[in-house]
Amino acid sequence: MRDEMAKMTMIDAINSALRQEMERDPTVVVMGEDVGKNGGVFRATVGLQDKFGEVRVMDTPLAESGLVGAAIGMALSGLRPVVEIQFSGFIYYAMDQIVSHAGRMRTRSRGRYSVPMVVRSPYGGGIRALEHHSESNEAMFAHSAGLKVVIPSGPYDAKGLLISSIRDPDPVLFFEPMRLYRSVKEEVPEAAYEIPLGEANIVREGADVTLIAWGSMLRQALEAADGVKEKGVNAEVIDLRTISPFDFDTISKSIEKTGRAVIVHEAPRTCGMGAELAARAMDHNFLNLKAPVVRVTGFDVPVPLAREEDFYLPDAYRITRAINQVMSF
Amino acid sequence: MTRTRVFEGKTDYIQILDENGNVDKALEPQLANEDLDVMYRLMITVRQFDRKAMNLQRQGRLFTYLPVEGQEASQVVSAYLLGKQDRTFTMYRSHGVFIARGFSLKQMFLMWMGTEQGGKIPDDLNDVPLEITIGSQLPQAVGSAMASKILKKDSVTAVYFGDGATSEGEFHEALNMAGVNRAPVVFICENNLYAISVPRRIQTASKTIAQKALAYGFEGVQIDGNDVLAVYATMKEAVEKARAGEGPTLIECLTYRFGPHSTSDDPSKYRSKEEEEAWVKNDPVLRMQRYMQARGIWNEAYEQQVLAEAKEMVDKAFEEAEAEVHVEPEDIFKYVYAEMPENLKQEMEYLKKVEEEKKELKK
Repeated sequence: MRDEMAKMTMIDAINSALRQEMERDPTVVVMGEDVGKNGGVFRATVGLQDKFGEVRVMDTPLAESGLVGAAIGMALSGLRPVVEIQFSGFIYYAMDQIVSHAGRMRTRSRGRYSVPMVVRSPYGGGIRALEHHSESNEAMFAHSAGLKVVIPSGPYDAKGLLISSIRDPDPVLFFEPMRLYRSVKEEVPEAAYEIPLGEANIVREGADVTLIAWGSMLRQALEAADGVKEKGVNAEVIDLRTISPFDFDTISKSIEKTGRAVIVHEAPRTCGMGAELAARAMDHNFLNLKAPVVRVTGFDVPVPLAREEDFYLPDAYRITRAINQVMSF
Repeated sequence: MTRTRVFEGKTDYIQILDENGNVDKALEPQLANEDLDVMYRLMITVRQFDRKAMNLQRQGRLFTYLPVEGQEASQVVSAYLLGKQDRTFTMYRSHGVFIARGFSLKQMFLMWMGTEQGGKIPDDLNDVPLEITIGSQLPQAVGSAMASKILKKDSVTAVYFGDGATSEGEFHEALNMAGVNRAPVVFICENNLYAISVPRRIQTASKTIAQKALAYGFEGVQIDGNDVLAVYATMKEAVEKARAGEGPTLIECLTYRFGPHSTSDDPSKYRSKEEEEAWVKNDPVLRMQRYMQARGIWNEAYEQQVLAEAKEMVDKAFEEAEAEVHVEPEDIFKYVYAEMPENLKQEMEYLKKVEEEKKELKK
């Protein structure tokens, strides 16, 4: 393997993963609205149609349910489709196909069929977009059987996790934090590499409190961790990376050490992944806990419009407040 | 064994005022000078609002905006034919419908400034907030039309959408329900030839969008959407038909957006300069000018006066909107339920506290 590195944005990293997987595996096809000639509204698929042609990089009619349903049919027939849903709020059209069919085909056929499909979608707020463009709906899919849900927190993770998702034998929802598409650059290997699904990443070690986050919230968590460090609090920061099936083992070991946990997500509070992780902490770490597990989340409201989205999005200040709260016990 | 023809359909294309200003006298609707004056002023107001909004977005004073320039005729003229008791379901590019329906320009700026207060529907209007997701408004519009039939109200529903929306399942479900129920609804498809970058030929293999209505048991007609007379005559007939209990109509307006899909879009990636220039020559405003000039009710002085008035209204509306913009933590919680549940009250109190603490820190 070549070990050359390049400075990449998350968009570059996603494009590189798609390109390399299409080169490696002729069954990988890319489909979606505006993904071909236009190269995607965020330019994630730029250049792919020129390189691989209109058959493997398809501009489709504006029909999310049809798009995902067709991708399921392709996946059942030997292709590996990578579908782009333009914004996360548009994925609900395809809910029936994803939840009731993609996630069940393996069970339904008693293992005869699988749906090796990836549904990519930008998600989350932070770019002052229109209504329905900034949803964080990972918990809805984590709540549904048979689906994997993956969220990268930066360019390096995006490439490795997307490659693993494309190679995975089961349907994967790959949610890309759109506020990070171009705002950060990282050193990313030019060559293809996998980051295993279902494994959390300890981004920073610490002994006092466990901070769990994913997607764009990881950066807010790290900022809060920097802030409390000055006051002598060492936070261990964990990037969940795969939301479903998730790696509680890594989290559990961390809580054994710290006795405190703060979970951060952008999605609404009620029935968000924070609730599930906190319940697991009760199952596995009850005797280790020195303080209640605290959640810092979006609110139980429609994602606010552009000018008011800062009210909604968890930030380092709110995370710091939660850290102080658990440290006060 | 028999083989007989069980269905045969036809779909018409209507143009009354052609690109060179010639009028088909047999089809020309009888329009009073006053109607033309009002519609022209509305179209100019829409264009001025649109240009101002684009400029403001470029200055960072609005966030995302989706321009309508080029599509004014199909929106303004069709909405002009609706009464107060009627109702529209619209989409993100329906600025012309909003203005023709009597939304204040100030309210529209508040909307596109990305404030929650911008979504407020004024008490004297019966219209429904615009939809951002594609085609979702269609079944709702059919239900609204069905309700006016059930409740015996004299109210017609008009629903606006683009060519892209006709690929969504909801378009087909809506047309089917409308056909089955003979709902008093007019489907107005503004076919501007592109769904963002995707050209119409990739949207559908059928020759027209209008012909899709035939499969659902009602009439569809394709018209020159930049021809105010064609829009007027076709819409008038469709509204009268709906009001008389004779069911729905699908009107496919062929038109073109002069600008990008949105302020984040670059149309040079998928449209040619030649194509754009040809359509700019086919500007619905210019074509209406020529028609009014021939009728002796348009000249340069009139134009300057209408333009100046529209500019002044638009500028004043933006100033007022800017003075009124405010955001409060309550905004995002207040209208989620009729009665705020306990979890929302707690979240709201928490957010207020956090915002106060942040203000203190800044001091």
